[in-house]
Amino acid sequence: MVRYQKRLLVNQVGLALSMVAMVIGLGALVWILGTLLFMGVGALSPKVFVQMTPPPGNDGGLLNAIYGSLLMVAVGTFIATPTGVLAGIYLAEYGQRSWLAPVTRFVNDILLSAPSIILGLFVYAIYVAHVGHFSGWAGSFTLALIAIPVIVRATDNMLSLVPNSLREAAAALGAPRWKIIVSVTLRAARAGVLTGILLSVARISGETAPLLFTALNNQFWSSDLNAPIANLPVVIFQFAMSPYEDWKRLAWVGALLITFSVLVLSVVARVLTRQKISA
Amino acid sequence: MNMETTVGLESKRKEAATAPKLRIRNLNFFYGDFQGLKNISMDVPEKEVTAFIGPSGCGKSTLLRTLNRMYDLYPRQRAEGEILFNGDNILKPKQDLNLLRAKIGMVFQKPTPFPMSIYDNIAFGVRLYEHLSKAHMDERVEWALRKAALWEEVKDKLNQSGLSLSGGQQQRLCIARGIAVRPEVLLLDEPTSALDPISTAKIEELVSELTQDYTIVIVTHNMQQAARVSDYTAYMYLGELIEFDTTDTIFIKPKNQATEDYITGRFG
Repeated sequence: MVRYQKRLLVNQVGLALSMVAMVIGLGALVWILGTLLFMGVGALSPKVFVQMTPPPGNDGGLLNAIYGSLLMVAVGTFIATPTGVLAGIYLAEYGQRSWLAPVTRFVNDILLSAPSIILGLFVYAIYVAHVGHFSGWAGSFTLALIAIPVIVRATDNMLSLVPNSLREAAAALGAPRWKIIVSVTLRAARAGVLTGILLSVARISGETAPLLFTALNNQFWSSDLNAPIANLPVVIFQFAMSPYEDWKRLAWVGALLITFSVLVLSVVARVLTRQKISA
Repeated sequence: MNMETTVGLESKRKEAATAPKLRIRNLNFFYGDFQGLKNISMDVPEKEVTAFIGPSGCGKSTLLRTLNRMYDLYPRQRAEGEILFNGDNILKPKQDLNLLRAKIGMVFQKPTPFPMSIYDNIAFGVRLYEHLSKAHMDERVEWALRKAALWEEVKDKLNQSGLSLSGGQQQRLCIARGIAVRPEVLLLDEPTSALDPISTAKIEELVSELTQDYTIVIVTHNMQQAARVSDYTAYMYLGELIEFDTTDTIFIKPKNQATEDYITGRFG
């Protein structure tokens, strides 16, 4: 009976400790989101979506930054998706017999956790410094470099989860390797791969540091990827650090917009994963 | 003189009736350093059902998987010796594996429907080697599903996912998929071990029916099943072929004591 009392006590202490930990973690999150929502929604207005970033003291919005961000994330994803998916296919489907696959997987894992500022500096050194100016291409390329390891990892993992019996069944019909991958294994893993791509999009839409070294910023409307281009993260960085109240308000709105789009992407990714499990 | 001729003719006729579809000669198989099959030689007769029986790990599935070189998907697995299929050694390095597998189909222990519609599950293999019009493809799909005794159950939902079927139906779908490409040989690797008795009975019935057109090799650890469906039975133990004969001989008066012990349940 004493032992039982002791177990009850240990259980209650354990429960209390984990509740405290949860409150600390979740509390911080709620605090951040709450502040963001409060400050961001207060400053939200239609002007944000139709006007350019203003000089201090003037009316303005974030249109050029939203556009620049969308453009660079789109181009980055466009480069990263085929590269990442194909590399993932190599690792999971073709690489079993070669030393190249485990090495690639290891290097990819390092890249996955590499600080993004290093990737920004890398592109600065090999591209920006050579052409002599910041540009949207450099920004897109850096974002692609950040997204590729995420997509490689997701594709590799999801394809590895497809049971070998399915590959054997397709091979037993005389299907060539590429056909098995395209029609059977990739199809079985498609929800997971798509989730990986969405999560990589979410990841790169908030990246600031690498863009400081590559795309920089632009006060005006520009769709020229060969020139510096405005983007939300750098605008937030610049405006939030400024002493001007109206710039700070816009920074809050920008932060809210990014957070909200990441939230939407994550929810979509979650729904897709759930569908995969139920199927 | 007269009698000799008669005997000669008889044995000849018998040989013609059971002409080997696959001739296995001195086959050794290795998983890395482990030898899974030891010097197997046997003939798989055409348009008959041949069963491989034996305790777990005896190499019966391994032997089956050399017949369509399924092991080739994996590194560190290799076979030595000869397997003649229509007189051609399929173990030769230059063998086109896709063409081989199109002629020697396989159904697995667990149902493996592809993540696509019932119709496309059947059409997938057919499209690989034949260009059929929509109408001909429809015909082929129906033919295969009828052969596999599944048509009546799925004819109104051909566009539904193959994954939506029950386990027994999925397995019959896999058999339909296997015969839709019209292979010459069908390999069945414990096809009913994951199924309920009713589905099992349906599939056994199917096997007896298919043997009119196809050479069938079935791996089973259910001896009653081997006795029910097969014409020839091979008993294997620890990677060796202990005895291979007509199913009646194996089950009624086996020549080898080890076979008899296994059949009668004194061992295994």
